[in-house]
Amino acid sequence: MPAPHTTLIACPECDLLLREIPLPPGRSACCHCCGATLYRNLPDSVNRSLALTLAAAILYLIANSFPILGINLQGNGNAVTLLQAVHDLWNQDMPLVSSLTFVTAIFVPALELCLMLYLLLPLYRGHLLPGTSQVMRLLQVIKPWGMIEVFMLGILVSLVKLVQDFKIIPGVALWSFGGLTLLLAALASSFNPRDVWSHLDVKQRREGV
Amino acid sequence: MDWPGRSAAGQGFCSCHVCGLVSKLEQDDLAARCPRCTTRLHFRKPDSLHRCWAFLIAAYILYIPANLMIMMETGTLISYRKDTILSGVIHLWHNGNPGIAVIVFIASILVPLFKLVVLTLLLVSVRRGSTWGIKHRILLYRIVELVGRWSMLDIFVVTLLAALVQIQSFATVRAGTGAIAFGAVVVLTMFAAMEFDPRLMWDPLRKEREL
Repeated sequence: MPAPHTTLIACPECDLLLREIPLPPGRSACCHCCGATLYRNLPDSVNRSLALTLAAAILYLIANSFPILGINLQGNGNAVTLLQAVHDLWNQDMPLVSSLTFVTAIFVPALELCLMLYLLLPLYRGHLLPGTSQVMRLLQVIKPWGMIEVFMLGILVSLVKLVQDFKIIPGVALWSFGGLTLLLAALASSFNPRDVWSHLDVKQRREGV
Repeated sequence: MDWPGRSAAGQGFCSCHVCGLVSKLEQDDLAARCPRCTTRLHFRKPDSLHRCWAFLIAAYILYIPANLMIMMETGTLISYRKDTILSGVIHLWHNGNPGIAVIVFIASILVPLFKLVVLTLLLVSVRRGSTWGIKHRILLYRIVELVGRWSMLDIFVVTLLAALVQIQSFATVRAGTGAIAFGAVVVLTMFAAMEFDPRLMWDPLRKEREL
């Protein structure tokens, strides 16, 4: 069994061994060898992250239930939600491209929000549910594949391409995706994984593991 | 460049890549697990270079059809176009959207090419045990990590347009086979960047100093 050292940290990018120092609120520690950010002291992180996650979950539901864009040409029109767009592309014999959009713009963001709620709701009351470390690992694995902000840019590029030939009707989901992009960015900068790990340490010590 | 300090691995310490806890590890044994979160511990990502090369070579191969095959077919009452990535960008540029054309050019052409070239450069430099320009190489690695996801832009645009523009006999848009190859290139280069272990770039530098 490897012996843990609670006062040491290693830089994830250059593996420099460093001694952990306490930080004033709002500050971050950087590696003096390669400049990578090692950890941050985020005040009130759990409350803020939970509020942002709940708000993002509501916007996510709105963004996926209403049309993103509608187009109109001489009285003929069409409007699609994101799920319909994925479904239509699947029916056009493009299952791979359609799956890629489904995973990165629908499935992963939803999974991420669910996992965050699983962590943060109990943490708000000061305890943790079983399987916390597995959830943290899963969050780390899926993080790069959630691409709401890229999808938002995709909507804007599509808008510009369509605007020459069609009359555009912006949908409710267009604004929701915009809001969701901002909320997820705020969530990424307010959530502190170290809070979860330190709670887990306390829990394991209490249970005598 | 100041003295880069001693690595954790050089002193027998291993940090968990999930929770960051540092543990004392006698040797790199496959059974060692993090005492806090039970993730497998290893001093460096296992087979980092081989896996990175594998994904990268696959991405290089698919990069050719991704650029040569049709990304999107657009049909209206008066015209019918088949666009590859590049011709789509040129079409945007000439149709009075230079700003958007530049964004699409960067995300769909520049970024994938940049990732392929930079990852190859980093892999070769690690293989040769190079100590040259570490600051620049670290910067390149960070940029690759940061911009990789934005290449997915064109996939989203194709999805939206192909679903939206289906107005009977007036206008239709279809996704082309190039979109499959392009999506695969984005995914493969992202995997390649994830498999690369930046700590390998520092190891030769520290070995040199310690001798």
